[in-house]
Amino acid sequence: MADKIATRQAYGETLAALGAEREDIVVLDADLSGSTMTKVFAKAYPDRFFNIGIAEQDMLGIASGMAVSGKTVFASTFAMFAAGRGYEIIRNSIGYPHTNVKICATHAGVTVGEDGASHQCVEDLALMRVIPGMTVINPADGVSADKLLRQAAAFDGPAYVRLGRAAVPILYSEDAELTLGKASCLREGTDYTVIATGIMVNEAMQAAELLAAEGISVRVLDMHTIKPLDEEAVIRAARETKGIVTAEEHSVLGGLGSAVAETVVKNQPVPMAFVGVQDRFGQSGKPAELLKEYALTAEDIAEAVKSL
Amino acid sequence: MQVTYDQLREKARQLRVDVIKAIYGAGSGHPGGSLSAAEIAAVLYFKEMNLDPANPKDPNRDKFVLSKGHAAPVLYAALAERGFFPKEDLQTLRKMGSKLQGHPDMKKVPGVEMSTGSLGQGVSTAVGMALAGKLDGRTGRVYTLLGDGELQEGMVWEAAMAAAHYKLDNLTAIIDWNGIQIDGRNDEVMTVSPVDEKFKAFGWAVKVIDGHDVQAVAEALDEARTVKGKPFAIIAKTIKGKGVSFMEDTNAWHGKAPNDEQLAAALKELGGDR
Repeated sequence: MADKIATRQAYGETLAALGAEREDIVVLDADLSGSTMTKVFAKAYPDRFFNIGIAEQDMLGIASGMAVSGKTVFASTFAMFAAGRGYEIIRNSIGYPHTNVKICATHAGVTVGEDGASHQCVEDLALMRVIPGMTVINPADGVSADKLLRQAAAFDGPAYVRLGRAAVPILYSEDAELTLGKASCLREGTDYTVIATGIMVNEAMQAAELLAAEGISVRVLDMHTIKPLDEEAVIRAARETKGIVTAEEHSVLGGLGSAVAETVVKNQPVPMAFVGVQDRFGQSGKPAELLKEYALTAEDIAEAVKSL
Repeated sequence: MQVTYDQLREKARQLRVDVIKAIYGAGSGHPGGSLSAAEIAAVLYFKEMNLDPANPKDPNRDKFVLSKGHAAPVLYAALAERGFFPKEDLQTLRKMGSKLQGHPDMKKVPGVEMSTGSLGQGVSTAVGMALAGKLDGRTGRVYTLLGDGELQEGMVWEAAMAAAHYKLDNLTAIIDWNGIQIDGRNDEVMTVSPVDEKFKAFGWAVKVIDGHDVQAVAEALDEARTVKGKPFAIIAKTIKGKGVSFMEDTNAWHGKAPNDEQLAAALKELGGDR
C-alpha cells in the first residue's frame, strides 16, 4: 500500500470491490467520474453506472428513485455541487423519505487547491448534519475510507460521505477496527483532547507529537462520523482531560466543532477551541499553502491546545 | 382493469367530491390543481395502472409519482377509492398526526411511491424508478404528473433530458396544463409555452389532449405504451378548479379551502355522494 492516497481514490477502488460483491449497487455521477473516481466502477460495471451529465439536482432525484426501486445507490460529484447545489433535493427527496442513497462527495474543503473558492466547499458538514436521519462521514485516510464506505453500504438509509482530492498519509493499518458512529482513539493522552475529522486527523497526530515534546499529553480522536456523533467519547474526553480542540477542514460554523460543543455544553462544559475555516471563503493556491493560510496545520492545532 | 368510460367519469366526479370534502375538513389545501387532475387520476387508478392494494409493494407494479405534490388531495382520494386505505381517513387530511400530510409522504401512506411537494423533484425520482425498472427488466411502468407552472423549475428539464438519453419508454409524464399558477396565468408569470415543442426538442414523444376527456386520457396512455425508445409526454389541457363553477379558471382557488356555503354549493354542483 502506498504511504499516501486520496480518500477519493480509495472510494473508487472500494466501489469497484463492492460492485463485485453486490448486484444491487449502482453508481451515478454528474460528469466528474474521472475526478470522483467513480470511473473505476464505471469501467468494471458499465451497465450499473449512469452518467447524468452536469445536472446534480437530477442526479440526486434519480438516485432516490432508484433507491426506492431496491438499489443501493452511490451518487457522486464535488462536495460543492452535492451538498451545496443539491441541498434541497437531498433534504426533500433523499432525507425526508430516508432513501438508500450514499452521497459520496469528493473535492471537499480548501485542499481542492487551485480551483479556488467556487469549488472549495467548507459548509457541507453543516448542511448535511441538520438533515434528520442523515449519517455524515468524513474519513481521514484511504484505509478508513474503505472500511467506512463498506459500513455505509451495509445499512439501509441515506449517508453523506466527505472525500478529499489530495493524497493524504495512511493512518490506519489494514486490520484496524473502525465502527461507524464510534470515534477512533488514535493516541491516548491525559492533558487535552483533539477531536479531528477528515484530513485534519493527520495534522492532529502531528500536533500531538509537537506538544509531547513540550511535555503536554494529548489524546487524539478521529471523529470520522460527524452524525450520529459519538457523544460518549466526547463526554469522556471532557471528563478525563482539561479541554477539547476540534479540527476540521470546514467552516468553524456548524460542523464538527459545533457538534462537539453542543454535546460538551449539555453534559460536561470544558474549555474548547475550534480549528477550522474562520467564516471565510477559500481561494486559489496549493493545498499546503491554503492549509497554512486558513490556519489548518499541526502548528495551528498545537497553538489552539496551548490557548486553552 | 375492465371499466367503461361512464364509470371513469363517475370516478372522476367522486374524486372531486372527496377532494372538496377533504380540503373543507382540513381548512386549507389546494383545490384548483386537484380538481383539474380528477380525470387523469381516475383513468390512471381505475383503468391504466396495474396495482394491488393488498400487495402495494409488488415489484412489478406500475408506479405513480405526484410531482405536483400540492395536488395531494386528488391522489389521496384516488388511493382511498382504490382501497389503499379507508375513505374516512380523508377527513384527517392536513391534521396533526395524520398520515395524509399536506404534501404526500411515502413513509406514511400506502400506495404513495415518493414523497413530493417541492416542485421539480418528483419527476427526477420517477426517472430513477424507470431507469431501475429497465435495469431489472421489470414490466411495471412509471407515471408522473406535473403541473404546468412546475415546468418553470430547471430540474424538470434536467430530468427530461435524462429520460430521453436513457430511452425510458417505460416512463409517461402527464402535464396538467390548467394554465394557472399561484400568481396568475403561466405565461404572464413566466412563459413556459410552447410545452409540446419543448418536450419534443428534449427527445420525447408528445401527445396533446383534453385532460377532462377520460377517453382521450385513456387512449393517450394506450399510445404511450406502444412508443419504443423514448419517454412519452401527455400535455393534458385542463381547467383549474374544474367541476366547481366558482373555482374554475382562477388562481384564487389555487390554495384555499371552501367555507360552509361554498362547500354546500360545490357539492351541489358536483352531485354529492352517490
